[in-house]
Amino acid sequence: MPTRRRVITTGLTAVAGVSALAAAARLADRFGLIPPDHGGIYGVGETLTYAAQRLLTMHHPLAREFSHSQVSAVAPVNGEPPDNEVYQRLLSDRFAAWRLTIDGLVARPSSWSLAELRQLPSRSQITHQACEEGWSFIAEWTGVQLAYLLSAAGVSTRARFVVFYPFDFENNFWDSLDMADAWHPQTLIAYGMNGVKLPTRHGAPARLTVPRQLGYKSVKYLARISVVDDITRVGNGLGSASPDYGYSWYAGI
Amino acid sequence: MRHSPSVRITHWINTVAFAALVVSGTAILLAHPRLYWGETGGVGASSILDLPLPFMLTGQSGWGRSLHFLSAWVCVGNGLLYAVGGASSGHFRRDLLSASAYGTLQRLAYLTVVFGLLPLMIWTGLAMSPAVTAAAPVLVEVFGGQQSARTIHFVVTSVLLVFLAGHVAMVCLSGFRSQMRGMLMGTRS
Repeated sequence: MPTRRRVITTGLTAVAGVSALAAAARLADRFGLIPPDHGGIYGVGETLTYAAQRLLTMHHPLAREFSHSQVSAVAPVNGEPPDNEVYQRLLSDRFAAWRLTIDGLVARPSSWSLAELRQLPSRSQITHQACEEGWSFIAEWTGVQLAYLLSAAGVSTRARFVVFYPFDFENNFWDSLDMADAWHPQTLIAYGMNGVKLPTRHGAPARLTVPRQLGYKSVKYLARISVVDDITRVGNGLGSASPDYGYSWYAGI
Repeated sequence: MRHSPSVRITHWINTVAFAALVVSGTAILLAHPRLYWGETGGVGASSILDLPLPFMLTGQSGWGRSLHFLSAWVCVGNGLLYAVGGASSGHFRRDLLSASAYGTLQRLAYLTVVFGLLPLMIWTGLAMSPAVTAAAPVLVEVFGGQQSARTIHFVVTSVLLVFLAGHVAMVCLSGFRSQMRGMLMGTRS
């Protein structure tokens, strides 16, 4: 038989436990440790992984970089270029009319042509890109740091996520990054690969590259970048097209 | 065999988590059932083992990954509880590290699994994470690359499955009912 003392102790422990959990959830949200797709039973695992990896990388370490001799001879791709008219017209014109728009919570909404992007300070990095399917390759990427474009546009202090839209928003993967990955020095808007212009199937004219996450986060065929505070009001509200296909928003593992 | 409550509880949580890890790991593997050595590998590159399985490019690795990481967290948390319980209760010292009711080979097998193979699974798993290896590159470098870590992850899984077959066979051979009673209720046969 449970004594009265035992009932009281158990009750107090339960209340303390629930309060601690609520406080932890509040703290986690405040420090950006909860991913947009945190719902459901799998969301528990996603949140633990995201929070643990954000704490582990709080000093923003660089992903490993390699030497030219380690660049892979074969760089496989998944997915086809957008087959809509706008993209095909840009492609036939070698992207002369292409512009990359930056809007949302920025002081100076702007757009850049490919020639203008090439004029900006560039960074080249030889990094490892793994696909969630299991294969991987090493390639050299050349482009402008996203941080440079964000600084030029003047990002609001309210910014929580940066959203990336490809040409064909409906049929191509759109995605988003938190500010930790958006400001990271290795997060590039890449227009070159292995010393040549970015090949069409690798996302021409420009793509995102995020070497601290798996390949599917590196959005190809970029058209627009938008800075937001509330990701739940974008698209499906889960921060990425990936959850529609069963894949998580965060892909650092 | 009589087992303490902490051994019994962690045993069954581990059973469920391990089963989920194997099922979800297989779903992930089926997206690309080919193994490589070094940093990179893919279609068009030379592999060290082509498993006789189909490439299932139908998005099975999506739920596979979600279930894999959720059950990995359960497995790690449960493993820590087991390790703390085993060290503080004297279970490791009494039953595994010194002569006990278990044979020498049996104790060696359990020690290898608990302190060798399961930590190696976690290590090789983390060595495949691009964010973790940014923070601690040595985790993947000791294996010679991300694809090597993936291959070792697969090979050690296979060894664990062989151990599991032996474990279940011995439970059956030494009296299934009394062994199950021991692990479920903690009572003597």
